[in-house]
Amino acid sequence: MLKRIFTDPLHLVLAQALLAALAAIIVVSLARRRGINLISDALIAMGRGLLQIIAVGSILALLLKGPRWNGGWLLIAMIVAAGATSARRAKGVPGAFAVSTWAIAIGAGSVIAIMTALGVIDSRITSLVPVGSMLIANAMNTNGLALNRIRADVLAHTGEIETALALGAEAHVSVAPYVQAAFESSMIPAIDSVRSLGIVWIPGLMAGMLLSGARPLYAAVYQFVVLAMILASSGLTSLVSTLFIRARMFTSASQLMLRQER
Amino acid sequence: MNTLPAIPPAILRAEDLGRSVNGKTLLEKITFELHAGEALAIVGPSGSGKSTLLRLLNRLDEPTAGTVYIDGSDYKGIEPRVLRRRVGLVTQRPFLFPGTVEQNLRYGPLQRGEIVSDEILSELLGKVCLTGYSSRNVANLSGGESQRVSVARTLANSPSILLLDEPTSALDDASKIEIESLLLNIVHEQKLACVLVTHDKAQAVRMAGRALLLADGKVIRSGPTGEVTHA
Repeated sequence: MLKRIFTDPLHLVLAQALLAALAAIIVVSLARRRGINLISDALIAMGRGLLQIIAVGSILALLLKGPRWNGGWLLIAMIVAAGATSARRAKGVPGAFAVSTWAIAIGAGSVIAIMTALGVIDSRITSLVPVGSMLIANAMNTNGLALNRIRADVLAHTGEIETALALGAEAHVSVAPYVQAAFESSMIPAIDSVRSLGIVWIPGLMAGMLLSGARPLYAAVYQFVVLAMILASSGLTSLVSTLFIRARMFTSASQLMLRQER
Repeated sequence: MNTLPAIPPAILRAEDLGRSVNGKTLLEKITFELHAGEALAIVGPSGSGKSTLLRLLNRLDEPTAGTVYIDGSDYKGIEPRVLRRRVGLVTQRPFLFPGTVEQNLRYGPLQRGEIVSDEILSELLGKVCLTGYSSRNVANLSGGESQRVSVARTLANSPSILLLDEPTSALDDASKIEIESLLLNIVHEQKLACVLVTHDKAQAVRMAGRALLLADGKVIRSGPTGEVTHA
């Protein structure tokens, strides 16, 4: 229907964006009737998201004309932004931004670098940046989940942790059950994505490849490749961030710093 | 020539101990000594700094002023794990770890690679009147039983100083009397130096010979418990 009204592709895509945003607004408006007020959050998030993706699209268009290593700079900027975003999930955790940024840089960055060097990811910007951004975005989500869980668990089990310390346990031993639970729970989305691949969902990358004329089998297998890389980078990110944050929660005298204000 | 009997050195000495957080003074210039076999009660209203003081004594929190000497050594020079083994803590709530009574009792020594023998395990359970409870799951224990396990778990580390943070305030009256008498026996039998934090003045009189009365983080009175609590 829209295609009949809008002949200019730019007008068409803006109308599509407006309708999609409207659907989201209707849903959050319904939620408000049940006392859940997310309208302002949703409006700000959508407005911000749209501007960000337009900005990135414009930058990509410019970078495409430059050398290949331009893609590297863009990915580094994405890692820093991802670190800042997921650190917000760990309010009160000392050094959450540094921990998140390093964890994503090590987790997603190393997988991107190794896979690009091995030729699994094409080093052209048009391939490196979209695939790399998928790895970074998923690493960011995993990191946010891990930090959020570890923060909640430590705050809820301060008594148990300090009891262990008072009995002579080392700091890392006193929080071991909560670090393990944070790692496991943060990996659930990435594992479920691979598990349900093709049955519950057909990811955007595969759909895009099919739409652009790629062979279905190639598109399917490459989608698996990307999801396996997401699993690897998310797992490494979560592992690194939980280890780093564990060290930051204690002083050098094994005193727990993350506690409810008393 | 007759000489005066030598006074044994204090096992624990707090010297000008203080703690401030974000510019707010929680505790200021706390000084006291404690000898083996002696019990000191810390009394005072809520928010007076009683629990803050106890947390400084086993270095769960860091003093921002002064220090504590254990057997004459500045505790900042003692590895925290070693210090906390020597200065045992029994908290208001027992915070038992999931598993059996036996696993809880073995926890402390296991942290330094020591295995508690079955004989010592039985002895510890006997001390807290829980003989035969070794394989019980802690999830199925009553409040009083859980607190006994908590006491035995602390004793498994063979501390020379025992910190008691309102150890009976979460218990019913019957359990309270039992735990109190149990702690008194243990402290006397093992000649432990004991610091008891309590809001219950009668309990302070029953359990400790001396007391410090705190208010707003400062010692406002100290001396024999009866005099401090009834003045």
